Amino acid sequence: MIKSTVVSAISAITHNSVINPAARRNGLQRFVMAVPWLWLALFFLLPFLFVVKISLSEAQLAQPPYLDWIQQVEDGLVTIQLNFGNYLLLLEDDLYLEAFLGSFEISLIATLLCILIGYPMAYGIAQAPRHWQLPLLMLIILPFWTSFLLRVYAWIGILKNQGLLNQWLLSLGLIDQPLVILHTNIAVYIGLVYSYLPFFVLPLYATLVRLDHSLLEAAADLGARPWKQFLTITLPQSTPGMIAGSMLVFIPAMGEFVIPDLLGGPDTLMIGKLMWTEFFSNKDWPLASALAAVLLLVLILPFVLMRHYEQKAARQQEGH
Amino acid sequence: MWRRHPLLLIALLLGFGFLYLPIISLVVYSFNESRLVTVWGGFSTHWYGELLNNRPLLNAAWLSIKIAALNATLAVVLGTLAAIALVRFGKQRGHKSLGVMVTAPLVIPEIVIGLSLLLLFVTLEDLIGWPAGRGQLTILLAHVTFSMAYVTVIVQSRLKHMDRSLEDAALDLGARPLTVFFTITLPLITPALIAGWLLAFTLSMDDLVVASFVSGPGATTLPMVIYSSVRLGVNPQINALATIMIAIVSIAVLLLGIVTYRREIKKQQARP
Repeated sequence: MIKSTVVSAISAITHNSVINPAARRNGLQRFVMAVPWLWLALFFLLPFLFVVKISLSEAQLAQPPYLDWIQQVEDGLVTIQLNFGNYLLLLEDDLYLEAFLGSFEISLIATLLCILIGYPMAYGIAQAPRHWQLPLLMLIILPFWTSFLLRVYAWIGILKNQGLLNQWLLSLGLIDQPLVILHTNIAVYIGLVYSYLPFFVLPLYATLVRLDHSLLEAAADLGARPWKQFLTITLPQSTPGMIAGSMLVFIPAMGEFVIPDLLGGPDTLMIGKLMWTEFFSNKDWPLASALAAVLLLVLILPFVLMRHYEQKAARQQEGH
Repeated sequence: MWRRHPLLLIALLLGFGFLYLPIISLVVYSFNESRLVTVWGGFSTHWYGELLNNRPLLNAAWLSIKIAALNATLAVVLGTLAAIALVRFGKQRGHKSLGVMVTAPLVIPEIVIGLSLLLLFVTLEDLIGWPAGRGQLTILLAHVTFSMAYVTVIVQSRLKHMDRSLEDAALDLGARPLTVFFTITLPLITPALIAGWLLAFTLSMDDLVVASFVSGPGATTLPMVIYSSVRLGVNPQINALATIMIAIVSIAVLLLGIVTYRREIKKQQARP
């Protein structure tokens, strides 16, 4: 019995590999798909379930500092005690709502500033002579390769009261007293735009460089002015890339911790900073988890938007 | 084109100024004699000497380099598999979910990734005793998870724009898929693999938030040391460190850029 199964198994294997290479290729394909899939399922997807689970538990002074809501009482009796208190607290205490609104407002303004500064840059690179484009793109990417933390740190030296910017403005006689920029929201905007600008420029450039030029030529032949050509043809065609790029700025900015912590002040209320405090200072893991769960929920819509427009931009490029 | 659009040129110059002035200021003031970082007190390499005697910082740097190198290698393997699966096996089960799972770590706030992974590690340790405690291993696992997403994007775009005729020819002539992969596909995507490795290395060297969550006592990475020092204000030693890191990265990226650029030029010349 065992022998026959072994034989049939072997024959199945040899059958597959010799007579049916397609089946073997399928096995290989499944393996290639399965390895990264399982890794991400274990280390990316599964952890979110734990975030939700622990957000529903009660904080306690122990290690780990939360009370599991599935408690094994004697005789194998299992009791489940869900605690929605953390979510209720988020609703009741204005601090949390304000932090979400603060994050939203700051991320929105930073995204708009990225569009204002990044669109002309992406357009400029796309319009540059062909042999200039790759070096210019390299220049956009290069800062991204150097330490994010150190680049944010650089702004402390520039923006502080005796910093480079104030020294310069004072010596030019443009101001009499140093401007207070560091530890205000303005410094946070500068830090966010500075750090996330490459994320906006790159996808937008990719869209702009593959635009359909025949439409522009037709418009020019019919006498449309360059500005009108831009507004009626280039801008609408580049919208998918622009929205995808904006989301690449907006989503991470919503949860940003380092920039509001180092450049922002006590008035800078952002959700990432608050989560950090709840977790590291107050040791309230369940509350921090509840904040993370709500933040994820809030970010689903922008994420779906991003995926949608990324794919649209990709289709546009392939269709051309 | 630029002559017709002087405004675009100005926008580019201002934009690049904005991107590079802070970095230049970091480098310039690392050679400043004065402790007050932004007040010029004469040229000096004093702070580089101090940096070399800063044991905790050097230890942290060494730990970070080790984790980053391991992370980059693992991330390139996993990211390449994911990229191949996404570009080539569109009909395979799990294709769509893999696409979503690979993109998400690119944008999901680090703070959420850090917290969620910590909770996973704590729960797993409680249930199956692995990973025992937190430290280098948990940092490595966390870093691989988010770096592989970046590698996937880089390799994916290379695979998409690759000429497949060589592969098809080899397959038609009866070569096994694995042989085709190692002798044809892999050499063709090597530049993307190198870029992906370097990027994964940098991401790991740079990560403060995720590592702060999943690290344990005894595993202090370089960004953690930098952060605790920077919180106290500007410090010329940090400027010196930044200059060294910027120099290393710039040289690596420039070399890679020059190689890619030359290839690109050769390709253009080959195609009349």
